[in-house]
Amino acid sequence: MTVTDDRPAAVLGTRMLRREDPALLTGEAKYTNDLALPGALSLALARSPYAHARILSVDLSAALAAPGVVAAYAGADLSSLWAAPMPCAWPVTADMKNPAHYPVAIGKAAYVGDAVAVVLATSESAARDAVELIDVQYEPLPAVVDLEDALSDRVVIHDELGTNKSYTWDLKIEDHEGAIDEAFASAAHVVKERYVQQRLLPMAMEPRAVAAVPQPFGGDITLYSSTQVPHILKIMSAITLGIPEHQVRVTTPAVGGGFGSKLNVYAEELLCLALARKHKVPVRWNEERTENAVATIHGRGQIQHMELAADAAGKITAVRVRILGDMGAYLQLVTPGIPLLGAFLYAGVYDIPLYDFSCTSVFTTLTPTDAYRGAGRPEATYAIERAVDTLARQMGIDPMELRKRNFIKKEQFPYTAMTGLVYDSGNHLAAAEKAAGLADYEGVRARQATQNVPGATTLLGIGQASYFEMCGLAPSRVLASLNYSAGGWEAATVRVLPTNKIQVVTGTAPHGQGHETSWSMIVADKLGVSPDDIDVLHSDTAIAPLGLDTYGSRSLPVGGVAIAMACDKVIDKAKKIAAHQLEANEDDLEFSGGTFTVKGSPGKTMPLAAIAFEAFTAHNLPDGLEPNLEAHVTYDPPNFSWPFGTHICTVEVDTETGQVTVLQYVAVDDCGNQVNPLIVEGQVHGGVIQGLAQALFEEAVYDDDGNLKNASLAEYLVPAASDVPGLTLGFTVTPSPTNQLGVKGIGEAGTIGAAPAVINAVVDALSSLGITNMPMPASPHTVWNAIQHAQNGASK
Amino acid sequence: MKISVTVNGTVHESDVEPRTLLVHYVRETLGLTGTNVGCDTSSCGACSLHLDGEAVKSCTVLAVQADGAQVTTIEGMATDGEMHPMQKAFMENHGLQCGYCTPGMVMAATSLLKENPNPTEAEVRLGLEGNLCRCTGYHNIVKSVLACAAGE
Repeated sequence: MTVTDDRPAAVLGTRMLRREDPALLTGEAKYTNDLALPGALSLALARSPYAHARILSVDLSAALAAPGVVAAYAGADLSSLWAAPMPCAWPVTADMKNPAHYPVAIGKAAYVGDAVAVVLATSESAARDAVELIDVQYEPLPAVVDLEDALSDRVVIHDELGTNKSYTWDLKIEDHEGAIDEAFASAAHVVKERYVQQRLLPMAMEPRAVAAVPQPFGGDITLYSSTQVPHILKIMSAITLGIPEHQVRVTTPAVGGGFGSKLNVYAEELLCLALARKHKVPVRWNEERTENAVATIHGRGQIQHMELAADAAGKITAVRVRILGDMGAYLQLVTPGIPLLGAFLYAGVYDIPLYDFSCTSVFTTLTPTDAYRGAGRPEATYAIERAVDTLARQMGIDPMELRKRNFIKKEQFPYTAMTGLVYDSGNHLAAAEKAAGLADYEGVRARQATQNVPGATTLLGIGQASYFEMCGLAPSRVLASLNYSAGGWEAATVRVLPTNKIQVVTGTAPHGQGHETSWSMIVADKLGVSPDDIDVLHSDTAIAPLGLDTYGSRSLPVGGVAIAMACDKVIDKAKKIAAHQLEANEDDLEFSGGTFTVKGSPGKTMPLAAIAFEAFTAHNLPDGLEPNLEAHVTYDPPNFSWPFGTHICTVEVDTETGQVTVLQYVAVDDCGNQVNPLIVEGQVHGGVIQGLAQALFEEAVYDDDGNLKNASLAEYLVPAASDVPGLTLGFTVTPSPTNQLGVKGIGEAGTIGAAPAVINAVVDALSSLGITNMPMPASPHTVWNAIQHAQNGASK
Repeated sequence: MKISVTVNGTVHESDVEPRTLLVHYVRETLGLTGTNVGCDTSSCGACSLHLDGEAVKSCTVLAVQADGAQVTTIEGMATDGEMHPMQKAFMENHGLQCGYCTPGMVMAATSLLKENPNPTEAEVRLGLEGNLCRCTGYHNIVKSVLACAAGE
């Protein structure tokens, strides 16, 4: 794009194509495992085939004798390399139980896939071949797969803890406890449901990959990793390995998706770092997909007990929630905090006065769980939105109508919830009505009345989910009150180079979200320059030393806003230079289209380009003003970001096969102002299909011995294009009053709305058969079984 | 074993281990890392390339089977610095996010249009069922392929 006008065309809010794409489309982009590292050793891991076993002995001799093998270690051989166990950054309660967890297990393996030994060899194939020669003697112990069984302590997994319970965390509102019991006792309608959030495999298309490259002298080391969190990884690896933090540089080449699964500090990252330092050569590891299925964190994994009380008019008066959370075998980086991210959202979009939440989390002998797209919030939204539909069915009123009776109204914003959080803005009725229009809600209800007659074998259903999302993970003081170990700020530097080209340094760490494009649009808008003159630097702690990375739909409402604020600081400084050189009062200067103009004197102007060069030469700056035009901002938002919306799904269910066919999916989302609608839509598309996949296809299936039975992409049903529908999107725009761009996060919204909308539609289709609940995934087998059970029950 | 393979128009004479997969040959021997590996069960299609003009998952082909064949990888799709119409269609329709499935998706999609130049949406979805994407929900991938077919 060339600027031919004094005023560049507006860029904010346009569908600008992504600058990231040419490199990705031509194969030029490098992912971590594409890096050429001459002399690197490959690392491979022996992993436990047992879910729970004592490690009696590890015989490495055959592996050490194999061709190309340089070294091999069991867990105990590596103890001296760790200054601390693997990190958990979220001790949610003071008495939370957290077993010591090391990159290679010592004494006991606690899930299938737990590393028990490691090999270094001159090639990847040599390392993997040698792993097969390691002889580990195990004493198998009983697996703990079921959450309620785990809670019973029938088998205690971590002997030193004496229990499988990690913690109980309560969100009890003062004075609510007695009032809640009373509300339920006096309610006209009560809903009491149990939902299971099945375990999911995140399955980012790029498996994880790591390479650690030590400098030959001086002790510096560079870690390349397919991670969402280079900054957090740098700090945590310095602490865990006892390396001075300033000697660790973490950088991420192109990253092939994350969805939360790369928001972690993994054993393989620590092993590559530690062994590269020990052997003084680069060490790399590439994850295989079947390895990814057990060695990378899983998502969800909760049993939810959801209760609603409502009065005769259907006004919901109280919510009571009891969660049993599956932590897996160990606590990874933020494992215990995931249920807390949903803890505030079980009242959904409704004006509900009484609230009671409690979560107990347990260890199982399964892969650790942690953040997966939405992290706690999809679970919460699922529970409230499913329960509201159940209440509507009990009362015999339309679920859309029941929602309208309970929505927090537009005029109630900013709304202080009973949990103490302030929802800064919202307009749920507008989003719901827009979605209803796009979905032809009334039309589908009319068709349903004629189609779903007794004996019909193709039943029509329509389901809705309205959501509120607490994202843009931020206010550091609020995170502190939840016992999170870090803050939620984001850093930005905007640097105008002498030739008026601009460098933006951001602490966000994109892995598919198009930050380079969006951040350049923000700066172009602020400074009145072409986006092509802006370079966005990120994901390298040597270039962008400060940052808290990308997760929780935080990058735009925290990182993007920080960039806009840094632009304001640049303009403030430029104004001082312009005022000095134009011999004008600062207050008389206007900045527009990249140029300062003296009010009332249109001839007296100074463009940013001239100011940038003046700032560089420093020949004629105001007294006391530092040379160069650069500003740094660290922004800690005063509130979370509160996107919302309504999704409506229309399905047909074949009662003879159990097959669910999605006829239409409508998503109406409100993420405030949109920097780039093209990218916003892409985020919603991907999020919706991931949520729909939880509803219809995906589940990590374990047998009673703790073996993952579908640990590959041949068996785990990540949907293909032919399995899913096209999507109809709509948007309402309620700008955030919390930040100057009026923006809210959008990365997780689709996933949050989709699962309850789809399952509500399936249950709606089958409600005439007496079906009121449907486990996820609603596979043909599960649906068919539910229909058989309902029909057999009815015939008795 | 000695093989001779023409990759993106250049003849390569190589000595490979018989067990070497075509994907590892192009990535490691030839350094063409645009072809990605996303699974180990031939499920994801990230490694799709053209073998004698037809899209194949290069993890299902041994390098020695490509002896004497013409191979095109994603690096060979652009001509004279100009992206292939399918690559352009993906860019213009936001048919990619993280980009990891994208090379395979582009190779599969061009092969699909060669067989069926005017597919319906359903035919595009079915034709791409061997290629998985986790970011886009496929909506804009399908849109990209239809746009390319329509010459947009």
